[in-house]
Amino acid sequence: MSETGEFLQVSIWREQDGDGHFESFQVPRRDNQTILDVVAWVQQQADPTLSYRFACRVGMCGSCAMMVNGAPRWTCRTHVQKVADDNRLEIAPLRNLPVIKDLAVDMDPFFDKWVAAEAVFEPSQTRDDPMAPITPQDPMRIAASDAIECINCAVCYAACDVVAANPDYLGPAALNRAWSLVNDSRDDGQDARLKAVSGGGGCHNCHAQQGCARYCPNELNPTLSISGLKRATAKSLLGWGQ
Amino acid sequence: MLNLHLYMAQRLTALIMAPLTVGHLAVMIYAVQGGLSVAEILARTQGSLAWFLFYGSFVFAVSIHAAIGMRAIIFEWLGIKGTLLSLISWGVCLLLLMLGGRAVWAVTFAGAGA
Repeated sequence: MSETGEFLQVSIWREQDGDGHFESFQVPRRDNQTILDVVAWVQQQADPTLSYRFACRVGMCGSCAMMVNGAPRWTCRTHVQKVADDNRLEIAPLRNLPVIKDLAVDMDPFFDKWVAAEAVFEPSQTRDDPMAPITPQDPMRIAASDAIECINCAVCYAACDVVAANPDYLGPAALNRAWSLVNDSRDDGQDARLKAVSGGGGCHNCHAQQGCARYCPNELNPTLSISGLKRATAKSLLGWGQ
Repeated sequence: MLNLHLYMAQRLTALIMAPLTVGHLAVMIYAVQGGLSVAEILARTQGSLAWFLFYGSFVFAVSIHAAIGMRAIIFEWLGIKGTLLSLISWGVCLLLLMLGGRAVWAVTFAGAGA
């Protein structure tokens, strides 16, 4: 990467033991620079005590999501030129999750809700049974395909205003995963799953604002999945099957 | 804060409200076009079980629908939850039922035979 001679004015959230503030850094601007490159530069060149989380750097692991200029982004695949506002960047930890330190958030509440939503595959057969024949044209398979490819980055969770207002809300990612399993004909946990997404923090709280769909880096549409869950739970209540 | 039962109650009452709203608008346009006076309108509604059921079911549906909507707003914006939230929700429902019911009664049976 070549330096352009310009500098980025970067404000980074620093927090420890619940006490937080923004700290300013001047970072050399480079061609094809990502937000993660900027954070890494600060940690390596300016302040080694800066804490943040990343792993794969190619948009697969879902570790490096942060708030960038107020919006949740996967920082390893977000170019500075796409989001910088007049060479200014404000980088903060993901919204709606407790901060451990600086830019690293505690993901436990996020993943606890996957479990609470019964967003876990419940096999109906054993490994000794023959493989279930599911064709790519199967409508349920197509619906499931639309909801997979989630990398668990919590960008949708940070974008969701309902999560912000209702800490018990299961959130877009967990409900999206639950919907993909509702469409898995091999799964045997549908009754428990539909019950799990029908409580006070369930899918019926979604206002369909679509912040999740707008910011999902893999262009999934959790709002659509949540609509599917609303239909499935309503049909189940009325005894119309799914 | 909405569970499946509250969600369904809100959707089903919306289903009731939609055709009644269309009917109400149609009747209003008809009444205005024909130049009906208040006295002439009241002459048609007084003592009418049909109009009582028409507007009575609308008030009933609105009371439930709006109370559930207000419940979500009050929870999300004011952070009120638990028993207090349920009490406020029921209060909104009963208030709307009382105000709307009073109006429906006034134009259907309150002055009947007078």
